[in-house]
Amino acid sequence: MECAVSTDEFDLDARWTLHPQVALREESFGALLYHFGTRRLSFLKDVTVVEVVRALPDHSSARSALAAAGVETIDMYSKALAVLADSQMLVRA
Amino acid sequence: MTTLAPARLVDQFELGLAAPICLTWELTYACNLACVHCLSSSGRRDPRELSTRQCKDIIDELERMQVFYVNIGGGEPTVRPDFWELVDYATAHHVGVKFSTNGVRITPEVAVRLAASDYVDVQISLDGATAEVNDAVRGRGSFAMAIRALENLADAGFSDAKISVVVTRHNVAQLDAFKALADRYGATLRITRLRPSGRGADVWDELHPTAGQQRELYDWLVAHGDGVLTGDSFFHLSAFGQSLPGLNLCGAGRVVCLIDPVGDVYACPFAIHEKFLAGNVVADGGFEAVWQHSDLFTELRSPTTGGACARCSHFNACRGGCMAAKFFTGLPLDGPDPECVRGFGESALRVEREVPKPAVDHSRSIPLMVVNRPPRRRCDENPLSEFG
Repeated sequence: MECAVSTDEFDLDARWTLHPQVALREESFGALLYHFGTRRLSFLKDVTVVEVVRALPDHSSARSALAAAGVETIDMYSKALAVLADSQMLVRA
Repeated sequence: MTTLAPARLVDQFELGLAAPICLTWELTYACNLACVHCLSSSGRRDPRELSTRQCKDIIDELERMQVFYVNIGGGEPTVRPDFWELVDYATAHHVGVKFSTNGVRITPEVAVRLAASDYVDVQISLDGATAEVNDAVRGRGSFAMAIRALENLADAGFSDAKISVVVTRHNVAQLDAFKALADRYGATLRITRLRPSGRGADVWDELHPTAGQQRELYDWLVAHGDGVLTGDSFFHLSAFGQSLPGLNLCGAGRVVCLIDPVGDVYACPFAIHEKFLAGNVVADGGFEAVWQHSDLFTELRSPTTGGACARCSHFNACRGGCMAAKFFTGLPLDGPDPECVRGFGESALRVEREVPKPAVDHSRSIPLMVVNRPPRRRCDENPLSEFG
């Protein structure tokens, strides 16, 4: 449940997916992510980011997944995805 | 934490979740030790203990609800003959296991087995960094037993065991020594708060850290907090200044709960009392039904006003502290924590109050004495002797 700060730019043009050891549980506010390998828990704090995370593997790039979800504030979501990538919740597909 | 919306996660958590984040499951009340501060007043096995099948049914349900892991404890959970079978069943069903043990069954063979699993965490309980301090609370020989378990785990290549310490008046000065002990075995230190729950109610007055020691503990946590786990135990200390890592709220019935060995569901591991009993997994239609619909949990998830604490400038930091600590010291639930850092708990404790009696007690009584007296009649030995 620690706060993570992203060190790298998130590659919006790559294809991403949830790490195979990560489970996603939906909650009314968004979702919980749990990584069975690192034992880390993360929170997705709105339903749009849940939709984006779920759709990532179906898109050739994260940018396309964000567009499909109708996201306009790309920067904010890109930062959130970067944090998830840093904590190995997301990996390149 | 992934932050997007400005809404505070804590506010969401106060309203409860679809499933707990942190579920404690005491598998048995049986224990080889008799620690003076045992939260669950363990000792004797309860004859109504859930069967292997019933435990597996609970695991199936936890898998469906996506409860990612369970914290298994007791009693001493490893004394259940089906303990390893249940651990394997849980991990095979996507429910990770963290279990707490005094080390009694962590032989070299078991350690090798544990080292081979990716989804099992082990927590060895130790309440003193020396045998003298530890054994005074946990019983003679318990320090050596815990150290042997840590050695066996380290020798087997088990990485990152946890050493779990309940902070008391007598070991608070040993925090650095505990850290060194953890480092020696490649383990992580986990420290938690002494609760006046179970047999802890009988010793809390003498064992809980003094006001000065609480400050020491807070300073130590601020300095070392990153490498030390606390299970969110010390959120009441956040009122000293900066907030400690973690959620900083009472998660009882909201993000946390306890399943006891007979399937009773309580709001938190420190609240084994009928006042905090939400239901039973067998009698009330399963765990999910109790978690989502019990009257008690619905009530705990309604917004709190803060009562007497609401006007305190630190209320946002400590949220009134620990419900169980208040209840078992006979303090009102909407007032200050008995260890309130501003001292409001201490003054509340000086007022006449009624401390609730423990509702569930599996402590072993005084050992039975063998009476060595010759039989006076033949039928004292065998009631059927006259009918031979």
